[in-house]
Amino acid sequence: MRKLEETIFKNLMRIATLVILGSLLLIFIAIIKRGIPAMSWDMISKIPGGGFYIGREGGLLNAIAGSVFLVIGATILGLAISIPVVVYINVYLPRKSFLADLTRLSADVLFGIPSIVYGAFAFTLMIYFGLKTSLLAGIIAVSLLITPILIRSMDEVARLVPKDLKDAALSLGATRYEIIRVVLRQISPGITTAILLSIGRAIGDAASVLFTAGYTDSIPTSLNQPAATLPLAIFFQLSSPIPEVQDRAYAAALILTVIVLVLSLLARYYSRKFSKNKV
Amino acid sequence: MALRNNSAIRILKDKIASNIMLALTIFSLALALIIGVGLYIKSMPILHEHSMWSLLSGDSWRPFKGQFGFFPFIMGTLWVTGISIIIALPLCLLTSIYLSEYAHPYVKRMVFPMIDILAGIPPVVYGVWGILVVVPFISDKIAPHFVEYSSGYSVLAGGIILAIMIIPLIISIMLEIFAAIPKELKDASLSLGATNWQTIKFVLFRKSLPGIIAAIVLAISRAFGETIAVLMVCGNIPITPNSVFDSGYPLPALIANNYGEMMSIPLYDSALMLAAFILFAIIFLFNTVSRIILVRIEKRYAL
Repeated sequence: MRKLEETIFKNLMRIATLVILGSLLLIFIAIIKRGIPAMSWDMISKIPGGGFYIGREGGLLNAIAGSVFLVIGATILGLAISIPVVVYINVYLPRKSFLADLTRLSADVLFGIPSIVYGAFAFTLMIYFGLKTSLLAGIIAVSLLITPILIRSMDEVARLVPKDLKDAALSLGATRYEIIRVVLRQISPGITTAILLSIGRAIGDAASVLFTAGYTDSIPTSLNQPAATLPLAIFFQLSSPIPEVQDRAYAAALILTVIVLVLSLLARYYSRKFSKNKV
Repeated sequence: MALRNNSAIRILKDKIASNIMLALTIFSLALALIIGVGLYIKSMPILHEHSMWSLLSGDSWRPFKGQFGFFPFIMGTLWVTGISIIIALPLCLLTSIYLSEYAHPYVKRMVFPMIDILAGIPPVVYGVWGILVVVPFISDKIAPHFVEYSSGYSVLAGGIILAIMIIPLIISIMLEIFAAIPKELKDASLSLGATNWQTIKFVLFRKSLPGIIAAIVLAISRAFGETIAVLMVCGNIPITPNSVFDSGYPLPALIANNYGEMMSIPLYDSALMLAAFILFAIIFLFNTVSRIILVRIEKRYAL
């Protein structure tokens, strides 16, 4: 009787695992099946031409370029905030520090705040400072979104840097400022993983750029211009009643999925590399 | 003398860097507060006109007439969140117990990357999948057995999509909690003659219950705030849903959908910012509580 219950549950567990993996497979199959026929070289090499939104020629280069600019800007801004924070709580503060714990907790909590709230907040900032929807506003919104991710995932590896290593440098007369380089070198694969993870999140997020980055058919040439993004390209084109336009949404979804997949595999590769090189 | 100057400069650099980094750390701490206050200030105008209670319980949403009732949206959010937890929780519990207690290391090596990938798929791609697969499946295969007609754009579709989106989050937290339970506790139970399954039921499960609850609360708040995927499949009709096959209009979808027109109608932008503030406040509270529980668990078993 005891055995029977265990057997039943064990099989249920296998089924549950298969259901979850199966849904991943179903998602991929659906995206690939609709995306591949809609893909063409024009999609990734041309910006929308005249009559693009009634099914004429053109591509998604505006959205691809916009997403890339946005993500680069947001990552740089996010790193400019998160690296000093991670260094401060791991190098400057003592091992058991209330401030460090509080910072970690707040990064965890901020990680859970949905992107639509960041978008809405960035929108209120824009009104306050008189900014229009622009690449810059989008970069600010997305950098708020990814900073907690960057802090959390860099902190996880920075905590593992051996205390002895820091003590050795300090005992040789280095200031804390000077051992930052030592620590950063130790966690550099971790930084790479953190960047890849946050790029993956940033490039796929639609709700934070909806209010802030706007949408345009051209490639932005300055921070003050609006920028199209891949998620919004999918979202807008899918709501069109014209099948040719909807097809482009499927193509864009395929492009986005491939980008995210590559980023996720790279992040995995780097984090494994890190666990090999640990001191 | 030169040497002393040099070290003075080095110490100065250290001090300056320290202060800059402290300022940024405090900024990152204060960010939640700044967001909360900013959204609250923006939602003040509508709170002056209407009481919070009348806004939350009002069920008529007619911005042109100055009626802002959030009740249908709150119910829409609760429906999709509830459905997603009901679907995701059993799947996650079974899968996490399997992966942590039964699965061969080889299976784990296969499954973990796939769960990572599931976590990385952008919301908008889930939305595309929902429109391509889930919505037609509901309208053609499931709904006809229960109701006369459903377009498929329903709270059920939103719930299913959300369930898949929160599964990776719940599993990764549950696996961490199970891994934190000391092996000695399980060994003690096994050595007293309990079977593997009894040990799981009475030791592993009972010991990790607070953590499991924290994971569920985190998942609820993730589901609460998810926007684009839900917006794409829920139908977005501002009426309180009565069955899983009805359309719903969750709060985040309301905010996202009305961008653009909100500036021209009085109080409209304030109403949407209030919606964002409500989302923020609930999720902030849920997240803080469950993260504190999780940190405590981690600390208790850390030695």
